This record gives sequence, C-alpha cells and structure tokens, in this order.
Amino acid sequence: MIADIVFIGLAVVLLTAALLAVWLKNVFYNALALILCLFCVAGIFIYLNSEFLAIMEVIIYIGAISIAIIFAIMLSRPMFQQHEKRDIKKILRSFAIAALLFFGLIKTICMTQWLQVSIEGDYSIRALGKMFLGESVLPFEAVSLVLLVAIIGALVISNTKDSV
Amino acid sequence: MISQSLQSYLLVSAGLFSIGVFGLLFRRNLVALLISLELILNSASINFLAFNKFSLANKAVGQVFVVFIIALAAAEVCIALSLILLLYKRKDSINIEQASDLKG
Repeated sequence: MIADIVFIGLAVVLLTAALLAVWLKNVFYNALALILCLFCVAGIFIYLNSEFLAIMEVIIYIGAISIAIIFAIMLSRPMFQQHEKRDIKKILRSFAIAALLFFGLIKTICMTQWLQVSIEGDYSIRALGKMFLGESVLPFEAVSLVLLVAIIGALVISNTKDSV
Repeated sequence: MISQSLQSYLLVSAGLFSIGVFGLLFRRNLVALLISLELILNSASINFLAFNKFSLANKAVGQVFVVFIIALAAAEVCIALSLILLLYKRKDSINIEQASDLKG
C-alpha cells in the first residue's frame, strides 16, 4: 500500500520534472530539473530490484553527465541569458506529434497481452558480473573501446587552436 | 498493486519518452536538445528494467543492457558537449537554426 503511494508520487514528480526540463526557457533551470528527474528514475530502478543500477544512475548521470552539461552552460556565459523566441505554431505541431505518439503507446500497452513470468530471481551484482565476463564479454570490451575513443575525440575536438 | 504490474512502468516510460520527443521537436537550443535526448534514453532504461523484472527468466540480461545504455550516453554527451562548445566559439550562438553551414 505504502509502496504504491510512493510509486505514484515518484511517477508524478518524474513526469513533472521531465516536463520542466523541456519547457523552461532558461537552460540552467532545464539542467536542474533534469537532475531531479534522474533522481526519480533512480528511485524507479529500486522498485525494479536493480539497486546497483540505481547507484550507477546517480553516480554517472547525476554526478558526471548533468555536471558536464552544467559545466558547458557555465563555460559559455551568455548561453543561459539569451532567450529563444518561441513560435506557437511550432510548439502546437510538436505537441500534436508527441501526443499522438503517447496515445499510440498507451493503446499498445493496454491492448497487448504481455508475457509474464515469476519476478523471483537472481538480481545480484554477482550474477551481473558473471553475465558481463561470460556471455556478453564482447559488447563489454567494445563499450570500453567506445569510451576511450570518445574521450580522445572530445579532447581532439575541443583542442583545435586554429579553428577560432 | 500498481507498483507490481508491468503496465504502470511502461506507462511512466511512455510518458517520459513522449516528453523527450516533444522537447526534441520544439526546442532550438542545442543543450536543451541534449537534455531531451537524456530523457529518451532514460525511458528506454526503465523499459529494459521493467521487462527484465516481469517477463524475463534470467534477471541479469536487462541490467547488462542498461549498463551499456548508460555508458553510451556518457560517451555521447562527452562528444556532443565538446562539439557544442566548439560551435559556440565559432558562431557565438548555440541556436541550431544558425548552424546551417553544411546545408548543400
């Protein structure tokens, strides 16, 4: 019962924060709303029995990605002072497309008979590690390579002196 | 038992996905587009974990996928932010309407 109430609260805060993260005009407030939204996503991960991923979400998304976004906003000073002009027609069009997508998804979710199995199982980090170094070791190594290339690429891109 | 049914998680993630698409379509600021993209990736993660809990026998598979999503999102943000800063240095603006040099 309490779990349900907390879940509904989490979902409401999550969707409100997501809406603020795309709607507010100041980019800095967008980033702050994104942090709140990611906290709620971490809470939902705990509901889905994945405590490890909830911690990873907080550490990587909030601790690294959001801070990097805020850092970039701060580095380019007038970025959060220049306000973009809003075109009502464009907003209405985008809203129509998003609403169409949303109702299509809801209809699909409610109509489909989902395959349900028992929710009992091994959610432990031990099983996750065995999965990583056993069955899915190739994607694991590929991801480490992708991260290395991304770091080097970011350094190279942001270090071009003659481009300014 | 709302928190014990697959549909409620799917509904939350559908809402998050639609909000992300809405932001992606109407914002003109590159950093705001990046934030909308993060929302979309998170809705995909929630979907993976929901199906992992409710309709998969091996409970580690979905978690592995979410770890990959988080790692790729980190790489993507790293590259995108450096590109955005470079564009800002060149154009003095991050409005995507003005970044039309590559238009044929």
